[in-house]
Amino acid sequence: MHAIEFRNVTKKFTGSAHHAVDDVSFTIEEGEFITILGASGCGKTTLMKMVNRLYEPDSGQILLSGRDVSTVDAVKLRRKIGYVIQQVGLFPHFTVGENIATIPRLLKWEKRKTEARVEELLALVGLAPDEYRDRWPSQLSGGQQQRVGLARALAADPGIMLLDEPFGAIDSITRTRLQDELLALQTAMKKTFLFVTHDIEEAFKLGDRVLVMNEGKVVQFDQAEEIIRKPADGFVKALVDSAKEKERFWENCG
Amino acid sequence: MIEYGIHYYDKLAEALAEHIGIVLMAMMISLAVAAVFTVLCSLSRTFSRLLLSAFSVIYSIPSLAMLALFIPITGLGTTTAIVVLVIYNQYLMLRNFVSGLEAVDHNVTEAAVGMGMTPMQVLTMVRLPLARKSLIAGIRISLISTTGIAAIAASVNAGGLGVLLFDGLRTMNVAKILWGSVLSAALALIFDGILLTVEKRFT
Repeated sequence: MHAIEFRNVTKKFTGSAHHAVDDVSFTIEEGEFITILGASGCGKTTLMKMVNRLYEPDSGQILLSGRDVSTVDAVKLRRKIGYVIQQVGLFPHFTVGENIATIPRLLKWEKRKTEARVEELLALVGLAPDEYRDRWPSQLSGGQQQRVGLARALAADPGIMLLDEPFGAIDSITRTRLQDELLALQTAMKKTFLFVTHDIEEAFKLGDRVLVMNEGKVVQFDQAEEIIRKPADGFVKALVDSAKEKERFWENCG
Repeated sequence: MIEYGIHYYDKLAEALAEHIGIVLMAMMISLAVAAVFTVLCSLSRTFSRLLLSAFSVIYSIPSLAMLALFIPITGLGTTTAIVVLVIYNQYLMLRNFVSGLEAVDHNVTEAAVGMGMTPMQVLTMVRLPLARKSLIAGIRISLISTTGIAAIAASVNAGGLGVLLFDGLRTMNVAKILWGSVLSAALALIFDGILLTVEKRFT
């Protein structure tokens, strides 16, 4: 039984000429950190959003631990999946602590359990609980906000985490640090991570396996080393070459 | 004018009280109706656009004409006045309520939905609190408008400050006209002041 399985999933938005997701099938095992790599408009975000049913497929099946997601109530499903977006979307009228406590509150957790969990998560994402719990989102930097966003998604201890270009709006120094911390977190927690990005280095650095998409199709799904060594088609080769090009530039300059 | 005020302060007080009564009753019902419409509007963009267009057309109908239209249906008296006031308020309230809710940061609502909030929870926990500035502004504008249009209610025997105005106009009694106007304006200013304080406290 796979953690996530897509079977011939297709989605086309009305008014669009191409399919956003075109007959996609793959499996992901529990505990894997999967990065979904592709250019803007290749369908990677659409694909990910079908896991928590923010989009519904036109055809095909999506199974989580063997269960078809369309048979489960969407709201209940989403409460069991962590969702992190690029712009974070922290509730500006809630404190940091209240933001993190959102899903426990929806699940009607007992107050003390929630408070303990908020403290635990703040420490986990590197924010001193006593200092940050009562702060307002507007008082935080972009990096700090995303840490809170991460904590908020982890609150109910979901088995699957969906991250849509979470570090896209963050400066590169902070981004590197957050990537390293995220990797450490995922390894320790053994959760299944689906991480969308258009940054090749990020995709290769973080992913146990990388799912490369182009125009709605999965063109290669393999470990980074394999993709570099044996690119599946011209598109993947061009992708790998562009990264090599950059590497050469840095080497020549440094 | 002062003489009139001293002699007939009970009449003035009565007219003022009636006026406040009509305005408050109309506001409460308007809010309830607008709340229902707002929820419906948040569910469908098309419905929202159609409803707002319809009410904006209705709003442009002169109040005297609207009141006259309702006489055969609801008769003479406060009922007609309140029905008409409620109808006029819908345009002002819905416009502010719907646009206020729409203006809430879409990233925030996306995060809310993605986390597993039901549409009602997204509305009550996220969108309403974040739209409160527009909501209160909508109520404030409606209150002032209602206070003004309620003066016309006298034409359908609903009472209120309009009685002073119309009587005064008919008999060329300047004192009455002045009192009617001054009290109407003062009432509107007081209501505005109260709601401005409320608005400042909540935002």
